[in-house]
Amino acid sequence: MQFPILSVLIFTPLAAALILLLLPEEKKNWIKGLALAAGIIVLALSVWLYASYDIAAGGYQFQERVDWLPALGISYFVGVDGISLPLVFLSGLVIVSGVLVSWNVHDRPREFFSFLMFLGASVLGVFCSLDLFMLFFFFELAVFPKYLMIVTWGSPKTREYGGMKLTLYLFIGSMLALIGALAIYFGSGLRTFDMLALENAGFAMAFQRLWFPFVFLGFAILGGIFPFHSWAPDGHVAAPTAISMLLAGVEMKVGAFAALRVGIMLLPEGARQWAWLILILATVNVVYGAFIALIQTDFKYVIGFSSVSHMGLVLIGFATLSREGLIGAGMQMFSHGVMTALFFSIVGMVYDRAHTRDIPKLGGLARKMPWAAIGFIVGGLVSMGMPGFSGFVAEFPVFMGAWRAAPVVAVIAILGILITAGYIFLVIRRVFFGEVPEELAGVTDVTVKDKIVIGGLAVVMIGLGVFPSLMVPMVESGVKTILAILGGA
Amino acid sequence: MTSETLVWLIPLPPLLAFFLIVVFTNRNKALSHWLALIAAGLSWAISMVIFGRAVRTEGLAEHPIAQAIPWLPTGTTSLNIGIQIDPLSAVTLFFVAITVLMIFIYSTGYHNYGQPAGQHDHKGLPPEGAEVEDAKGKLVKVPSIEPMYSRFFALISLFAFAMFLLVVTDNLLTLYVGWEIMGLCSYLLIGFWYAKESARKAMIKAFLTTRVGDVFMLLGLAALYTLTGTLNYQEILGNPDVLGQLAGALSPVLGLSWAALIGILIFIGTVGKSAQFPLHIWLPDAMEGPTPVSAMIHAATMVSAGVYLAIRFFPLLSVGWEPGAALTTPMMVMGVIGSFTALFAATIAVAQNDVKRVLAFSTISQLGYMIAALGVGAYAAAAFHLVTHAFFKALLFLGSGSIIHGMEHGIFHTHEHVDPQNMLNMGGLRKKMPITFWTFLIGGLALSGFPLITAGFWSKDEILSGAFKGGQMGVFITLALAALLTAFYTARQITLTFLGKPRSKAAEHAHESKWTMTAPLAILSVFAIGAGWAGIPEDFPGLGGLLPNWFEEFVGSMLHFEHAEAVHSLVPLITSLVVALGGLALGWVVYRGLQRPVDPLEKSLGGLHTVLKNKYYIDEFYQAAFIRPANWVANVFTYKILDQTVIDGILHGIARFGVWLGKGLRNVIDLPVVNGAGDNAARGTRGVGMYLRSQQSGRIQQYMVIAISLLVLAGLVIYFTVGMS
Amino acid sequence: MDFIEKHLLTLILFAPTVAALILLFVPGKYVKAFRWGALAASIIPFALTLVAWARFNPDPNPAAPFQFVEQAAWYAAINASYHLGIDGISLPMVLLTTLLTPLALLASFSIKERVKPYMILFLLLETGMLGVFMSLDLMLFFVFWEVGLVPMYFLIAQWGGSNRNYAALKFVLYTMGGSLGLLLAIQLMGVAVGSFDLVTLTEKWPTIQSLAVPIGIPIETVKTIAFWAFVIAFAIKVPVWPFHTWLPDAHTEAPTAGSMILAGVLLKLGAYGFLRLVLPLFPVEAQRFAWVLAALAVAAIIFGALGALAQNDFKRLVAYSSINHMGFVVLAVAAAAYTWNTTAANTLLDKNLALSGAVLQMFNHGLSAAGMFFLVGVIYERTHTRDLKEMGGLYAILPVYGTVLIFTAMASLGLPGLGGFVSEFLVVRGVWPIFTAAAALSMIGLFFTGAYILKALKLVLHGPLNTRWEGHLTDISARELVVMAPLMVLILLIGVWPAWLLDMINRAVAFLF
Repeated sequence: MQFPILSVLIFTPLAAALILLLLPEEKKNWIKGLALAAGIIVLALSVWLYASYDIAAGGYQFQERVDWLPALGISYFVGVDGISLPLVFLSGLVIVSGVLVSWNVHDRPREFFSFLMFLGASVLGVFCSLDLFMLFFFFELAVFPKYLMIVTWGSPKTREYGGMKLTLYLFIGSMLALIGALAIYFGSGLRTFDMLALENAGFAMAFQRLWFPFVFLGFAILGGIFPFHSWAPDGHVAAPTAISMLLAGVEMKVGAFAALRVGIMLLPEGARQWAWLILILATVNVVYGAFIALIQTDFKYVIGFSSVSHMGLVLIGFATLSREGLIGAGMQMFSHGVMTALFFSIVGMVYDRAHTRDIPKLGGLARKMPWAAIGFIVGGLVSMGMPGFSGFVAEFPVFMGAWRAAPVVAVIAILGILITAGYIFLVIRRVFFGEVPEELAGVTDVTVKDKIVIGGLAVVMIGLGVFPSLMVPMVESGVKTILAILGGA
Repeated sequence: MTSETLVWLIPLPPLLAFFLIVVFTNRNKALSHWLALIAAGLSWAISMVIFGRAVRTEGLAEHPIAQAIPWLPTGTTSLNIGIQIDPLSAVTLFFVAITVLMIFIYSTGYHNYGQPAGQHDHKGLPPEGAEVEDAKGKLVKVPSIEPMYSRFFALISLFAFAMFLLVVTDNLLTLYVGWEIMGLCSYLLIGFWYAKESARKAMIKAFLTTRVGDVFMLLGLAALYTLTGTLNYQEILGNPDVLGQLAGALSPVLGLSWAALIGILIFIGTVGKSAQFPLHIWLPDAMEGPTPVSAMIHAATMVSAGVYLAIRFFPLLSVGWEPGAALTTPMMVMGVIGSFTALFAATIAVAQNDVKRVLAFSTISQLGYMIAALGVGAYAAAAFHLVTHAFFKALLFLGSGSIIHGMEHGIFHTHEHVDPQNMLNMGGLRKKMPITFWTFLIGGLALSGFPLITAGFWSKDEILSGAFKGGQMGVFITLALAALLTAFYTARQITLTFLGKPRSKAAEHAHESKWTMTAPLAILSVFAIGAGWAGIPEDFPGLGGLLPNWFEEFVGSMLHFEHAEAVHSLVPLITSLVVALGGLALGWVVYRGLQRPVDPLEKSLGGLHTVLKNKYYIDEFYQAAFIRPANWVANVFTYKILDQTVIDGILHGIARFGVWLGKGLRNVIDLPVVNGAGDNAARGTRGVGMYLRSQQSGRIQQYMVIAISLLVLAGLVIYFTVGMS
Repeated sequence: MDFIEKHLLTLILFAPTVAALILLFVPGKYVKAFRWGALAASIIPFALTLVAWARFNPDPNPAAPFQFVEQAAWYAAINASYHLGIDGISLPMVLLTTLLTPLALLASFSIKERVKPYMILFLLLETGMLGVFMSLDLMLFFVFWEVGLVPMYFLIAQWGGSNRNYAALKFVLYTMGGSLGLLLAIQLMGVAVGSFDLVTLTEKWPTIQSLAVPIGIPIETVKTIAFWAFVIAFAIKVPVWPFHTWLPDAHTEAPTAGSMILAGVLLKLGAYGFLRLVLPLFPVEAQRFAWVLAALAVAAIIFGALGALAQNDFKRLVAYSSINHMGFVVLAVAAAAYTWNTTAANTLLDKNLALSGAVLQMFNHGLSAAGMFFLVGVIYERTHTRDLKEMGGLYAILPVYGTVLIFTAMASLGLPGLGGFVSEFLVVRGVWPIFTAAAALSMIGLFFTGAYILKALKLVLHGPLNTRWEGHLTDISARELVVMAPLMVLILLIGVWPAWLLDMINRAVAFLF
């Protein structure tokens, strides 16, 4: 039994969350400090995991297993592979960034950071779970903190609407998924939630065809699949900055990841059967999201819809069920996570200072907050798939996969890139260049902590864009197992 | 040094002078003109040496002084460039070197070297003269030095370089290089006084008109190079097989043979450069430049280059033709254009009053002679006239410059406001400026072909007899008429300028120019007479055979077929005597004793005179037919319609469509349908929301309870389902 | 030394980037540091290029035409590698880039505000351009192809003229839009052949039998579509009529140095794409559609010249002249494409001449266009107008400037004795036997080239004496002369003795495809 690193990873934020609640309200610095410490531990551990994962061996490593309800085949079973590890690392990044950009939360910081930690624990849990039940457990763990944070700290105008909408969609999604999961559990006849076991359950074709949509769609809703995406922009816009970062940056990946892990990996034949539908919906995602982002005048909605568009690429990657596609999807999950976290953090910084997100009212901010401008530009280049940035190394294989699966998808989806370029350049120009409106004359530069966030996330994206081999081989090793399943199925 | 090395060196001094002046000495006028003069002198000296050696070389035509080096790597082979001196280039070199040197010397005087700078002179305008105190301390106006003196010598040196390059080279490509550089120089020198609107128009007109010819010539070059794989004279023109193939191969155009097509394409280049109809329009306007430039363009370099090219390519133009046989297509074209131009220009010259313009049109007309000569196969005659014309035309132009200077001097003296170039304001200058008069007279007589003593007579007579012997009566008659008119307007010019009484105060106070201007006149007039004796035909009654017809021998040797001795006839001789003397007499009779500055012809010719005076309105026609439409196509069609309306319109349309689509998706699908569905569902659970919201009072434990209880619920569900199954 | 030997191209390629990264950490207030630092940094790749030039084997073996080859794993998962190498076609382009960048930076000393980002962007831009010329891997090629856009976008949008936003967006979106097809085609080829390596692709792609892609149309059609995707991407960049309208706007609004690089190098990327990718990868399709390219090229030559003639904005006029000049490159490419599988000795010669002419024309236009744009900038900084009608008679006031301008203008007019003529002659000569009519028609363009050049000279230098500027204008400064001097020397050198450059090109094009 080696050191239970994954458990430490998962329970650090959980513990932090509980401790935070016990801390006295007024010790703001303790609270922030503790949250930050927890975040940094998570990040450090995830980096350590990332570094020490044996790519050559591949498969699920750092496994821990403790039977919990043997009668039901429920066990605490965690482990990471090449797909989930980058997402763990992503979570670490975003949690720390989230804490840093929320440094100036004055309204009940204790609860805020506590819930943030809950969220962190939940996403980490999902990424690491190898047990279906645990996966759901962690999945649901996040629902309430999310809702409460939006309605409590969200932007006054829309927080009820946004929060409720989000919760509702996620409930629907997780219920669908839960039904599918239960079906799998019983259908397998193995009496276990152990996903590694279920992978080899060899479900009948008809069974897979029937239940795949439940599982996949259920989770994909959280991944923002069309036409169930509309929670995402509204939710992101309503949420406070840190939550937007976690929601768009990590939660959507949770959805996609779970859809892959539970949907495609447990029901490969079903995936094969339904790939065409997913391809269509995902393609719509890409183009549709981009087009709508193009005409938004609310800074945050632009980013919200761009996420819808980009998640479409992830789903396309999945649905191609091809090596390149899956590698691309894996990369895109990470790349988009970092990128959108950066976007929302900057939107937050701008909003905190300009007190408006209405693009026409903004302008010339590059002079006031150069770091924010640079950060946004880097993020923008990533999102338009500019070579030299992580977005390109992620999208390129996705399209190659699309060529293998359905060339027409590639041809249509490529439009998304151009439109993205269009709205990104427009937003950059309107928000950060041109003349500064006099009401923004008093805008101050971002804080050092903000700069750390911007710099850190930007460096990750550029580094990945220049040296894809920093992550691709790991994702590839994860993809191998998936391909094996697909081949074996 | 070997002849080859020397020939390489000929063009270099002027080029060197150009760079030195531009880069270093442009601030120092004396240094600048000395550089230019020394350079011209060097080139002249070397040229004379080469000419001497060339003349003494046996069979120079077959074995020219030649040397080549690889220049352009092309595939596995390479395009060579080099030098070649054969009889044709030798004689061309001869007159070019001399006239150029003369013009350089003349220029120092023409630009008033040694005079003070004018108070009101401005770069880009002709010097207006300076006010200085004379001995008695009263202000007098004297000529002032050209403000852009150094620049002038730099450019004219480059001009000379280009011409030398063009003459000594052994291939069409380098010829084209020199050809175009000359175009540039003429452009810059015609527009030397660019502040004058007329000069600006003229400089562009000259460049573009000649460029029309040049682009065709470039095509000819490409075609020739493609078909023969070389541009070297000897390899193409000196090689009957190559010529034969070209004549044999059929081109895609109008059923012409490739030889004919290429010949015509190259000839179009000549038409542009040598100002043949219909591309002649630039030459008269070239008067806007300083007079030495006019001399340079009209005699020594530019226009001669065009004819030189035509003569050079005569073997190609005339391939398949022997004396007596039917003319080839290019020859016919040349015959027609040449003879027409000769007459056409002569008629215009009759009605011009500007002393330089008359000469300009006479140049066009004389060039027409040469082209026509080639057209009828009088090869040597054409070359001969090229040489003699260069001398006497240079002489005439420099002379006219001297006249103008004299007039200006008079104007400075009298402060009278008359056009110093208008011959009607002159008269009686003979006494004021004798050297100019006598030299100009010689030049004029040579131009009009005054029998026996002048060079012009011999060369023109050669051409006429050539046309006659060749049986080209149309050409013959046209040229004869042209000759008559030539003599007439020459007499008119001399009479109006030098004879009779002064018709203006300025003319009364005109003054002979200084020696730097008159000396070149004297020297050139020697050649204007002597050059003719080099080509007295054997069959000339009396004089024939006294001197060997050296020129015919020397240059004629270039052609590979023997000149079949045609019918011996006196008709051409008599014709040329009659037209020359008759024309001169007529002109003198009409214009002698003219009192008022009005041309008697204006009355007698009436409307025709106006037409002639306005050059048949060809400029106006071109303006309406080509220039305006071209501008319309550029401004309106290409730019406004195509680019700005159609193409950009499409682009902007696409962009707008994108935005429109985005709005559509958002307002038609996303908000009503997608969101609508979600919201309606949400309304149903609003109650729950309210409930939860009411619970939200900072008591976290409650939320935890709810969360945990939900999970427990899920657990129970599972448990029971398990139990049942 | 051995290291330099082995990684020469990498050093040339990334020296500017490294410099940019260093400058990133210098506080913005040290303006001088940025100017001189950037300049010094940009000299390094130039010097290294000279080293490469010196060590370049002018007579390479046809089997392996590329030299200084470097290969390293980059994106192994999809078989894209970091593969660099140059031949006689790319080396002149690399030289052009590394030469023009320092000059452009020197020209940028007049930039006053936000010097830091300006210089950094410029250095990054250089890397982008160099990468395109060096890449031997299609994906890598695309990376640099796109990366170059970003700095140029910001250079135009931030330091540009009054209408810069429109121009910059038009430039970047148009070019990116054009690249979409290219991107798709590249991905398809990667999927079909299983490699992005240019050498491998050149072997396998033209003869490929099945694409391993579930696509319902015959392979010939697919390849034809891919061909057009490539062509359009490059045609927009060159630009070929009718894809050219972004260029006048971008040029006019870009800062002087930006226009210099834009015209000097960026347009060459497109032409280089034609030579390096379209011809070798799509010989069959290229041959089939050569006539279309030729037609468009002629249109570019003629309409480019006419468009230039229509302008009264000095900079716009020069911009249109670029369209006109690059037309000759495309015309030559079309001719070569038409004769790809010829064996007849004389046709081979024609093809060879056309291609050498094309490459040389690219180089020459790089020099003269950069020079022209710089001179426009010089006059603009003094008069603060680009309106030709407001100038005039400046020759008397600015004699030195006037002389330099006439020289450069003549170079761009194609005056024999200067660089432009040699290349245009080669192109016309090479194209003549293949597309006789096109060659003949291009003469119209050549004529109007003269027309608009003279129009510009007349309105700027000659014209009526313009007393308005008298006393207000200073003649071209020493620094500005230093910028022009190398260009003028090279223009003259190529015009008088083209062999030093043409020899290398001539050998390289012989086995291009």
